[in-house]
Amino acid sequence: MTERSYVEVNDLRRVFDVSKPWLNRVLEGGEKQYLKAVDGVSFNIAKGETFALVGESGSGKSTVARMVVGLLPPTSGEVIIDGISMSSRAALAERQRLRRRIQMIFQDPYASLNPRWQVDQIVAEPIRAFGLIDGEKDIAGRVGELLSFVGLHPADGKKYPHEFSGGQRQRIAIARALASNAEFIVCDEPTSALDVSVQAQILNLMRDLQDRLGLTYLFISHNLAVVRHMASRIGVMYLGRIVEISNGRELFSRPKHPYTRMLLDAVPDVGMTGRQRIPVSGEIPNPISPPSGCTFNPRCPFANERCVAEVPPLLGGVACHAIHEGRLGIDAAA
Amino acid sequence: MSVVQPVLSVRDLRVEFVTRRGALKAIDGISFDIAKGEVLGVVGESGAGKSVTGSAVIGLIDPPGRIAGGEILLSGMRIDNLPPEEMRRIRGKRIGMIFQDPLTSLNPLYRVSEQLVETIRTHTNLSSSAARKRAIDLLADVGIPAPERRIDSYPHEFSGGMRQRVVIALALCVEPELIIADEPTTALDVSVQAQIIALLKRLGREHGTAIMLVTHDMGVIAETADRVAVMYAGRIAEIGPVRDVVQNPLHPYAKGLMGAIPSLESAADRLVQIPGSMPRLSAIPPGCPFNPRCPYVFDRCRVERPEPIQQSEHRVACHLYDQSSVRSEAVA
Repeated sequence: MTERSYVEVNDLRRVFDVSKPWLNRVLEGGEKQYLKAVDGVSFNIAKGETFALVGESGSGKSTVARMVVGLLPPTSGEVIIDGISMSSRAALAERQRLRRRIQMIFQDPYASLNPRWQVDQIVAEPIRAFGLIDGEKDIAGRVGELLSFVGLHPADGKKYPHEFSGGQRQRIAIARALASNAEFIVCDEPTSALDVSVQAQILNLMRDLQDRLGLTYLFISHNLAVVRHMASRIGVMYLGRIVEISNGRELFSRPKHPYTRMLLDAVPDVGMTGRQRIPVSGEIPNPISPPSGCTFNPRCPFANERCVAEVPPLLGGVACHAIHEGRLGIDAAA
Repeated sequence: MSVVQPVLSVRDLRVEFVTRRGALKAIDGISFDIAKGEVLGVVGESGAGKSVTGSAVIGLIDPPGRIAGGEILLSGMRIDNLPPEEMRRIRGKRIGMIFQDPLTSLNPLYRVSEQLVETIRTHTNLSSSAARKRAIDLLADVGIPAPERRIDSYPHEFSGGMRQRVVIALALCVEPELIIADEPTTALDVSVQAQIIALLKRLGREHGTAIMLVTHDMGVIAETADRVAVMYAGRIAEIGPVRDVVQNPLHPYAKGLMGAIPSLESAADRLVQIPGSMPRLSAIPPGCPFNPRCPYVFDRCRVERPEPIQQSEHRVACHLYDQSSVRSEAVA
């Protein structure tokens, strides 16, 4: 790597202990059980770029998001943002300064805003917490500015969250994320709870803000069309691993990994009325006892013995033995 | 009107919710037909009244809601004014239902076999062993592997997609004429969603069942439906063949809705944005309910309610398409 990326995620892992309580294990027998939610995920995000993680439920994309912002400690691996490791114990002061620049937008705008607080308190909280502005008058001015930034009226600050619709609440959440002059925003399914016309408003707003403020986004979504619209680079996750990582145009015009192809094929797209689809088989297996080797092998039409035995490494942007061996007639690096 | 009698015919249906502040009109005069073997998609954003329409057809509107006017005809028979006991017999036998969340529509305390056999025996006079055999056939039909073994499982032992298949089997039990599917794939992952869509289409074709598919997902409608009704604030803004409505919508709201959907094929720089949001039921604007958000609005829209106008195969409720109205602006 010649230039240091703004965000670097190296071999991130997270294991959850999902065993039965100790007493039940003693009485009923049974081993300790672990769930590998995220199993060796690495990616980089350049400054001002939107990187998206896409996958079905249980693929571990939200767990990655929570580890990147530091809401959840990783079991192993590290997150480096702007050259500062989020997991090293040494640089505590530096890390605290960094925290200000990282914010998160959550999926459910009904749950992520305190219902007892007025909107201007919600938006002012990061300003107060980080001590960015002194003096109530200046804080109020900044809050009003932020609210008009996201398309609300400064007078809306005196209202409570329940007085707003879902889309407006998501705007408030964005204003709060911007309040601390954040540079890097992790968005976990920011529009999944919204209607399409409102979703369009929020996605347009997020892109406008990125253009104006040079924000960097990590965008988590299960909706491929939304990801296509927002992201410049995309990582496709399946059962805790990235199976394919590529730039947006490439991924959608020439998907390589069999799972990516299956996923793209499964999306009902408005433009293709009457198109024949290749039927998709199977579902995501139970992550507590994932299949051996490549976790996609039970659903993959190209699986052989090696796929069952050996975990494919991510080479040339795709983790698939069949492609690495040239069995599918596509070159991984192309 | 076609010569063949439609399976479901809804005429000028009105549904109100009575509150302290007066009656809120959730459905305000909608009319549509569904023919045998046809899939009608009902699409709209939250609050448009699409689920209430479904509930009205199966007679499951809870007080304070009530049907305030209009008629619902099932194969020519009026069903909106039946006593509850008779309606209960029609429900399940002649109209099947599939809801969004498969976990809440199955009883977690009973095995799937008990639930299926109970439903079959309630509506037919099959013996319990014949009913069980029919239940196994149904599970095989909806694509559950090893149905003889799986039939004795509890709902929690199935995955989300498999559970939705069980719910579909339950709806198909007694070969209903009409199935109402309310957001059947919303709770499922994309790859599973595609399987369920394919299943619904196949079953509709094979059994000749009319399907009313309620969803907010235009993609699902485009894949599944023959015709589509776009609802807005309790009214049908536009209804027509799915290809026409998706590719060449006439109503300004339908146009905005189609443009707002991000596409897989092309990365548009900006999505079409409809300003504002759906009005609350307590504050539906006079005239056309879409007028405050409409880019083509003119004076008549603010005072007079647009009635559906036939435009080739579409019916569209918009003054722009009324020849007698003076156009203030050409439609782009």
